Amino acid sequence: MGQEFLMGNEAIAMGAIAAGVNLVAGYPGTPSTEVLETVAKRRPDNTYVEWSINEKVAMEVGAGAAYTGARVMVTMKQVGLNVATDPLMSLEYIGVKGGMVILVADDPGPISSQTEQDTRHFSRFSKLPCFDPSTVQEAYEMVQEAFEYSEKYRTPVFFRSTTRVSHGYAVVDLKEPNDYHVNSIEGFVKDTKRWVIFPKLSYQAHMDIEKRNKELAGVFSAYSRNYILNDDSKFPAKGIATGGFSFTYACEALRELGSVKLLKVSTPHPFPEELAVKFLAGLDEVLCIEELDPVIERELIYICGKYQLPVKIYGKMSGHVHTAGENSIDSVKGNIASFLGLTITDSAAVAGNELAEMPVLPVRPPVLCAGCPHRASFYAVKQAMKGKKTIFCGDIGCYTMGNAMPLDMVDTCLCMGAGLGIAQGVRHMEPDTACFAFVGDSTFFAAAIPGVINAVYNQANMTLVVLDNSTTAMTGHQPHPGTGQTMMGDVVDKVSIEGILKGIGLKFVETVDPLQYDKAVSTVTRAAEQPGVKAIIFKSPCIAIVKSDKCLSVNQDKCINCRKCIREIGCPALIIRDDRVVIDDSLCTGCGLCSQICPALAIGGEDNE
Amino acid sequence: MNKNIVLCGVGGQGTVLASKLISGAAMNRGIPVKSAETIGMAQRGGSVFSHLRLGDNVDCPMIAKGAADIIIGFEPGEAVRMLPYLKRGGQVIVSSKPVMPVTAALAGSNYNGSEMLDYIKAKVDNVIVIDTPKACSDLGSTKVLNLLLLGAAVESGALGLCSEDIRQVIVSRIPSRFHELNFRALEYAKNVIDKGV
Repeated sequence: MGQEFLMGNEAIAMGAIAAGVNLVAGYPGTPSTEVLETVAKRRPDNTYVEWSINEKVAMEVGAGAAYTGARVMVTMKQVGLNVATDPLMSLEYIGVKGGMVILVADDPGPISSQTEQDTRHFSRFSKLPCFDPSTVQEAYEMVQEAFEYSEKYRTPVFFRSTTRVSHGYAVVDLKEPNDYHVNSIEGFVKDTKRWVIFPKLSYQAHMDIEKRNKELAGVFSAYSRNYILNDDSKFPAKGIATGGFSFTYACEALRELGSVKLLKVSTPHPFPEELAVKFLAGLDEVLCIEELDPVIERELIYICGKYQLPVKIYGKMSGHVHTAGENSIDSVKGNIASFLGLTITDSAAVAGNELAEMPVLPVRPPVLCAGCPHRASFYAVKQAMKGKKTIFCGDIGCYTMGNAMPLDMVDTCLCMGAGLGIAQGVRHMEPDTACFAFVGDSTFFAAAIPGVINAVYNQANMTLVVLDNSTTAMTGHQPHPGTGQTMMGDVVDKVSIEGILKGIGLKFVETVDPLQYDKAVSTVTRAAEQPGVKAIIFKSPCIAIVKSDKCLSVNQDKCINCRKCIREIGCPALIIRDDRVVIDDSLCTGCGLCSQICPALAIGGEDNE
Repeated sequence: MNKNIVLCGVGGQGTVLASKLISGAAMNRGIPVKSAETIGMAQRGGSVFSHLRLGDNVDCPMIAKGAADIIIGFEPGEAVRMLPYLKRGGQVIVSSKPVMPVTAALAGSNYNGSEMLDYIKAKVDNVIVIDTPKACSDLGSTKVLNLLLLGAAVESGALGLCSEDIRQVIVSRIPSRFHELNFRALEYAKNVIDKGV
């Protein structure tokens, strides 16, 4: 057995490899992305990996592979699951032949997401079993078990992680490659009664699913990862029910506060009912510690009702635990201490009452990087449309940060690809508003194309601005159809965004480098004057991919200290030192945007003396 | 040995590499490691942290408030932000160089980190401030911030690891063309501390 220091997502990937996974498909999304990347990096030769163009397609690719008997993993973040819902809800009725694990990473906080939705709830809604690991090591082992259950019960299963499991690191005990499961693929066997969904099939399948889930509630009660700890509690009438990463918070808290009977739930659906009844026996009060929705809390209340158990269940619904955001060791320690009637001793160097003296800390909202071409694109549109009635509909990606001051160029942001539809809706109701939709290159392929076709077909009047930085930047630079690279390492024909837009029928499609400021502004001005659906493709690579060794400086003799550069574009490399504007040479990429707007022509390169 | 280590700074400063070197060094000594760090949107110029927990009987990779043995601050304000995590008697290593956020530049602020350093010195007994602009200039590179701070952390004794542990992990994890510079940064940090600055 080997050991490696792995990120949770890497451990999940290594677990899938150990389970003999044959195909992995997904779409990048924090905090899920590294799972697929790690499989691609570490895969045996016979494993196929792809970034699909979105989660729906990934789910369908995964379904097809699972129909052949292949072991399949599909990866996404929680909002990606919304995109994949259509195939998933039907796939549940059809079932699979090979094991199929749907890895969904939830994001309590949320730290990098639009929503705090809970995939454990989704699993109940879709009737799929759900595995919910607490630690990196457990994630590695549990994903292998998830494949076994999936195959045995011929159903896709959820493997739900959260940010702190996915992005936590630990030393993991790994199987030797000789001990990996080897999956033999039977191939697709034609059978229309099995693979073609029809109302009659769905009715029968629905009955089978309900029966199976009832059976699984019992099976999971005996599953070794659902268990009861601390039967010898110092607080015999009290219990704690927890699962996921919160289990580790609870364990840390109990190390300090003393032993309390604890139920660890690793399969929130179907809920291990018999085990829960055993846990509740003899208790008066139970505190549920979980993140996102009160899933365990509801199940326990239901079980107390069903079995008429006189146990009070506390948690989010009862107001004993905060309803939104992440838990922490400290919040959980506080929750459990007040549940037990204990007080916590303060061991901090700076005691709580002294923290009030803390100086005002710098506020650091995430911002576009120094030299980011999106800054130039937003600024060009802003200048071209100055004084006109406009709406700037944003989208999901790095460019959402175009909302920050001083750019202030994102009026709306909803979900992947939504900016196009929103721009059209606003325009239909407000014909005097110039409507812009900004979308990145990866998001364009993932979610924006139907919106463009809708706009053309329904005679909308809007300008689409594609911010093409030739990568999926926000999630860590994954390839996409426009980059011509695949996760199998192949170099393929690039899919042209301009070609797609022209193919849809747009008459005005222009590609321009946003860092050529005057040209960028005039292109926007011309586009805005045209009727119908227009598109501008601002093409300039992400600064994290094409590294620059250029750097500009401010000639202090020429600089009139008007600070227009800082006020207008807000680049992190433009800072104030001793009351003068200077350029931070560790950040500047020499993009030249500031030098093009400086009224004193004070910013330049090496010869700028 | 159990050690709780907080590294903090601004996205892009290299906290992650420093965290990887500490975990690698601990693993080489057979010490169990768990860690957690900021990944995602906040990496774009936001406040970032790594929590590292060395030793047995650790359930959770996150550190509780008042439980960190050491805070390694890559930026003065970020070190202050993490101070609630420091335990009584804990060590702070902090770079003197401020990173001005866009919000501060827009507001015309003269944020220079000095009031942050003053606050840390007033509240914490064991503080080592590294004059990073001077150190980077002496060493002829701006890329050594993480090794300078790591070197100071090792020399403070609060990591429970020795300089040789870090040198070994540098050799195994970092491309050889950077070894000499990184070793010099470690040595530089040692000299700074030996001189009692």
